[in-house]
Amino acid sequence: MGILDTLESQVDAVVGWGRKYSLFVYPFVTACCGMEYMAASCAHYDTDRFGAAYPRFSPRQTDLLLVVGTISHKLAPVLKRVYEQMAEPKWVIAFGVCTCTGGFYDNYATVQGIDTIIPVDVYIPGCPPRPEMVIDGIMKLQDKIQREKAGLLRRRTMSVAEIPSPDTLSTIGGLTPHGQSKR
Amino acid sequence: MPLVELDKKPAEGGDPEERRMMLHMGPSHPAMHGTIQINVELDGEVIRRADVEIGYLHRCFEKMSETVVWNNVFPYTDRLNYVSPLINNAGYAMAVEKLLGIKTTERCEWIRTMMSEVSRVTDHLTCVAASAMECGAFTVFLYLIEAREYLWETIEQLTGARLTISYCRVGGVKGDWSKDFEPGLRDAIARTREKIHLTDKLLTRNRIWVDRMETAPTDAAFCRRWGITGPWLRSSGVDYDVRKDFPYSIYDQLDFDVPVGTRGDNYDRYLVRMEEMRQSLRLIEQCLEKMPEGELNVDHEGRVMRASDMKDHGARGETEGLVMDYSVAADPTLQGTGSDVVWSVRVGDRDVTLPPKEEVYGSIEGLINHFKLVMSGHGIRPPEGEAYQAVEGANGELGFYVISKGEDKPWRVRVRPPCFPTMSALHAVVEGIMIADLVPTFGAVNMIGGELDR
Amino acid sequence: MAKTPVPPSEERLLPRVRALLGGRVLDSHCHRGDETIIVPAESIQDVMRALHDDEELDFEILMDLCGVDHMPRRPRFEVVYHLCSYRKRHRLRVKVQVDGPEPVVPTLRDLWPGADWFEREVWDMYGIRFEGHPDLRRLLMYDGFEGHPLRKDYPVTRRQPLIGPRN
Ligand code: SF4
Repeated sequence: MGILDTLESQVDAVVGWGRKYSLFVYPFVTACCGMEYMAASCAHYDTDRFGAAYPRFSPRQTDLLLVVGTISHKLAPVLKRVYEQMAEPKWVIAFGVCTCTGGFYDNYATVQGIDTIIPVDVYIPGCPPRPEMVIDGIMKLQDKIQREKAGLLRRRTMSVAEIPSPDTLSTIGGLTPHGQSKR
Repeated sequence: MPLVELDKKPAEGGDPEERRMMLHMGPSHPAMHGTIQINVELDGEVIRRADVEIGYLHRCFEKMSETVVWNNVFPYTDRLNYVSPLINNAGYAMAVEKLLGIKTTERCEWIRTMMSEVSRVTDHLTCVAASAMECGAFTVFLYLIEAREYLWETIEQLTGARLTISYCRVGGVKGDWSKDFEPGLRDAIARTREKIHLTDKLLTRNRIWVDRMETAPTDAAFCRRWGITGPWLRSSGVDYDVRKDFPYSIYDQLDFDVPVGTRGDNYDRYLVRMEEMRQSLRLIEQCLEKMPEGELNVDHEGRVMRASDMKDHGARGETEGLVMDYSVAADPTLQGTGSDVVWSVRVGDRDVTLPPKEEVYGSIEGLINHFKLVMSGHGIRPPEGEAYQAVEGANGELGFYVISKGEDKPWRVRVRPPCFPTMSALHAVVEGIMIADLVPTFGAVNMIGGELDR
Repeated sequence: MAKTPVPPSEERLLPRVRALLGGRVLDSHCHRGDETIIVPAESIQDVMRALHDDEELDFEILMDLCGVDHMPRRPRFEVVYHLCSYRKRHRLRVKVQVDGPEPVVPTLRDLWPGADWFEREVWDMYGIRFEGHPDLRRLLMYDGFEGHPLRKDYPVTRRQPLIGPRN
């Protein structure tokens, strides 16, 4: 192991630590889950305690896209565009079973899981998930960010092939959302 | 994300320097609640034309309802107005009961009414909180969401879920309340009152708030033409409230006032909502006081034993004299162990409601009864016909129009969404006002994507 | 102030409605206390104007307007109007029945501007055209969506995504 590798892992650890405690969230709130998101981010549960989840309403200033609520086919292009406007590094949480798989809306208007449109890092199932679950999901994401290789010392560009594949994505409570092989 | 396009044409007959600007607000805009797009044509800061685009949250409620059996529609009704799901539950249940021609038990009606009022409070809390936050009053938002949390916790205690509760059933409700529910609810009411009072002190006489909200007036004739109901209509001076004018359930036995506004602007809408919350809290307290005892909650000569205890005795072989001496109290709450359904919160009609769990597990007839009700192709089959049942939703008249063809699935479930007419009139309301006033006006509609787009 | 509730009684309005509309009432019934009349589609504007202007009936509000598809039955489609009067505190359901590949009903937008979106929705969901409606666009679905999803012959899972796979 070369000295560069050692140095890099140290830098990664520091960068990861910095990133995981300064998550700025873009809440893409559409439906019922939004009510639970409001509860989770307000005084009672206060996701801000984790240095995470302070909402910014401009995609260009955020690192974490929180997709909250059902995404219909009419809304799907908007979601994709918001995702594309965010600067790297960026992460996505699918909040609620509608965003994970379409939930019980298996019909002509609803997207069957947002992972058919954009990559997702953490799935939080539940209809709607309880605030405790949301906090757990955010902490899972923080762990993931900590483990990520920042790659600041070596120039690299993110290619499509590097978008994390569904099998490496973490899920909560060992639940694997089905219908992942759609990408 | 707002997009800006400059339209280079000068306004007709106006200053050639003047430019009309098209501004697309939404669908992903903090004040547009994620599911709506308002395209406004601006002349400086004044809105000249507006076009509202909806449908971003169309989830096919009506089509999905046609694919499931009558009782399975309840989870979908929860997600119509997800801020006050109990009212939607109760409305749909009442529509189907009307179609079936059955009347639920008295205790069930009281529980439904009480929980509908709790829901109404949570809805208005959210509405006031959101519109205050959009105008910059973040403290109010934190206070009111906190208050909503207190109520949600009691709702959870009763129904088992915070938000999407599916508590009603055709012919009844899921379960009765437990012993510690009532003190919890009373406590929640007191704390909610306090938060409402704080909000009142912060907002009602606040110069900035008053100035921001004294906008976008509408009169009664306008509301009539557009079919607007609910707090928006009442703020325009019409005292139409389904609870008073077409009393359903037990509202005619309760005492409450219908607040009306005088000027019909956003400020009046806010005041009406605040007052309705106080009235609803009053109604909840009346319900708690007058709640009729269900038959199984009565002590049978002081010798009551829970069904589960009885089972334990049986398992130990201590059966002697047991059945003769004891009467069994089924514990009808969610916390109950051995049994969960009692007739006092459901109609006793075996064609309609599920039998008590002891019967299901204890006798072959009960098991078959249960089976027949949940099997597709069996279950409830209302006679051919149609019924429209209106209830007072938090945003206005919430109507369910159900059509049966005598099958186990509804032929058509139509919901009349309360905020739909208001949204269809919004473009006429905002024409001529400033762009900044669009946000409180839209907030006062209390648009709920789930019921608007269904 | 407590208003005294009006006790529900069978056929409170229908005699008056029949007298007012005469032969235009094709059929009427009162199922579970909901009074209903069926009128010909062509005359819906006159009927509604008459119900709206009549002193005694005073139907000033169009509460709801929706379509129904009774598929194998002919005529296939129904447009259902729910009227309400909050001064007189009564309700009436008015139906028209239409058929054919391109069903048409006259619009009520001039009488009640609130019918605007309701009619657009029925057009979107059932493909019933409202003659005279100035702006009959899709309301809930998007441009490029083919078919009318609430028709009984539209499969519930036929997706027409704008982006992404069809799954
Ligand atoms: S997951 Fe459930 S609560 Fe969340 S948006 Fe979907 S239906 Fe609503």
